[in-house]
Amino acid sequence: MNALEFFVVNSPIFAVAIPLLGAFLTPIFGMINDKLRNVFAIFIMIITTGIVFALSYDVVTNGIRTYIFGAQDLSLPVVRILFEVDAMSCFMAIISVILAVVALIYSWAFMKENTGLDKYYTLLLLMTTGMLGMELTGDMFNFFVFLEITSISSAALVAFWINRGKSVEAGFKYIVISTIGALFVLFSIALFYGQYNALNMAIIANSIQFTFLDKIALVLLIGALAMKAGIVPLHMWLPDAYSKAPSSVTLVLVAATQASLYGLLRLCFTIYGNMITLSPVSIGWLLVLFGIVTILLGVIMAIAQTDLKRLIAFAAVGEIGYMILGIGTGLVTMSPSISAAGLTALKGGIFHIMNDALDIGLMFLVAGAIFYATRETSLDRLGGLARNMKYTTAFFIIGLLAVSGLPPMNGFASKLLIYESTYQLNPILAIIAILASILLLAIFVKVLHSAFLGPALPRFNEVKEVPKSMLFAMAIIAGIIIVFGVFPDIIITNIVEPAANALVNNAGYISKILSLTGGA
Amino acid sequence: MIFNFPFIAVAALIIVGLYAVVFRKNLIKMIIGITIIESGVNLFLITLGYREGSIAPIYTSSPGGIMSLPVPQALTLTSIVIGVAVLALMLSLVIHIYRHYNTLDVRKIGGDEE
Repeated sequence: MNALEFFVVNSPIFAVAIPLLGAFLTPIFGMINDKLRNVFAIFIMIITTGIVFALSYDVVTNGIRTYIFGAQDLSLPVVRILFEVDAMSCFMAIISVILAVVALIYSWAFMKENTGLDKYYTLLLLMTTGMLGMELTGDMFNFFVFLEITSISSAALVAFWINRGKSVEAGFKYIVISTIGALFVLFSIALFYGQYNALNMAIIANSIQFTFLDKIALVLLIGALAMKAGIVPLHMWLPDAYSKAPSSVTLVLVAATQASLYGLLRLCFTIYGNMITLSPVSIGWLLVLFGIVTILLGVIMAIAQTDLKRLIAFAAVGEIGYMILGIGTGLVTMSPSISAAGLTALKGGIFHIMNDALDIGLMFLVAGAIFYATRETSLDRLGGLARNMKYTTAFFIIGLLAVSGLPPMNGFASKLLIYESTYQLNPILAIIAILASILLLAIFVKVLHSAFLGPALPRFNEVKEVPKSMLFAMAIIAGIIIVFGVFPDIIITNIVEPAANALVNNAGYISKILSLTGGA
Repeated sequence: MIFNFPFIAVAALIIVGLYAVVFRKNLIKMIIGITIIESGVNLFLITLGYREGSIAPIYTSSPGGIMSLPVPQALTLTSIVIGVAVLALMLSLVIHIYRHYNTLDVRKIGGDEE
């Protein structure tokens, strides 16, 4: 076994272990020098990104990769923890690491004036560890543990500006919601364990009988994970947490929300995958309904907001609706067998997960930049900033076009797939989705006008452009948005399509583990 | 086991905890509610692994007979540790909320004080 092979075989564990170790080494570097600590945190995250990309390349070319803790092979009953990485896990892991790297670069200047930054960097790296763990694991209990790691560190980060009552309140709300959700997840895990004597997702999926207890577990898990993913009507914590956290944290929170969404997909498509091939229509329609309600409520609430970050947070709720709509449409169209139209819808939904993370992330970074420059987030008091903040304005316009799904940005590529497939299912759904996008455009044009255009306000004469590290962080995301928008085909064939195929191929996911146990 | 007494206790604990979280207006009481739910879930896990008359799953110099299943106990231990961390974080956040608003009543916190 040469070095490269060793590296690839162990890459799933490196992807989690390196940020975890890095998180606790960061304060030691912080004792020496602040700059050294920042460089170290970014360095750790870039290494992790490299590992995740290497792992993804390997998974896309060679199929599912597993990593078993503490043994070479498995024996029944499976009590070992194992990581099972398929293309969908890789897709989500790529989103998480990109956002984490950008957030760390952005933090350099954005958080500079705060105290307690050692803890800030530790928590940010811990949160990334938790997300990567949730996305790579193949074990239900392990999923719960990483879910809790993510929840605890993100709640602490939401409340990082502890001198503001509202931040602390948002953090408290988030931890209460997360803990209750996680306890329901644990309860469902216990229901699975009691019935099937297994904690491994593939083994449970293989032996699941869809008893009454399984249905209870399904309801509890969907409730808990939908709550963490911010799907209406369980979205009440999301605008608070997104708008009160520091912008760099919000960026990673978006990824954490999507890690929960990934859990939901893994649950529906893999663990309950066999049931879904039996009766996909009802679950699919349910998701479509939730998607439409989420889109409408998110967008309509966004119209009424006067606080910039809260407005973007509601737009983020609306964007989550598009993903659910695409995935639900995929499920409905895919009955009774996997069809091309269904896969298109699913691809649209999955591609939109990444696009939403980038678009909404860029919007939050711009909002953070405005806050950094003016100490103001209320739209009523902002105005005329384009005079002094040229680059930020340009990034905002890119984000605006991307969020409202206009070409040539990435939002257009995925929303077009969603419109296309929902139109085939029911034209009304497509019309609602398009109208909501137009409303989003209107909302953000209003923001553009009230924050960046208009007469120069004397209060903002002294406002300067934000520091280079923040501009650089925004430029990375804006660059990715444009590249994805101009060449969507490359992304769809290389990353999105394998992810969609991996998600529907639950037989492959299960047989991979069964082959490790030696038969059965 | 006497009927399904542990399972009834689990259901009762979770319902009591949820009641406290949803209907109580005091933050500390909400936290107590969460810990009660947690105890219910932990009790459920432990009960799953227990068989009547079983001994602790320690192999060295075991007197023989059936052992209770060790996996749920490992899970419970992990869950307890996580629970402590969450509890500590929640209580520290409550301390800060109290400093800002001088009250623990959910109806009174959340006003703009900046």
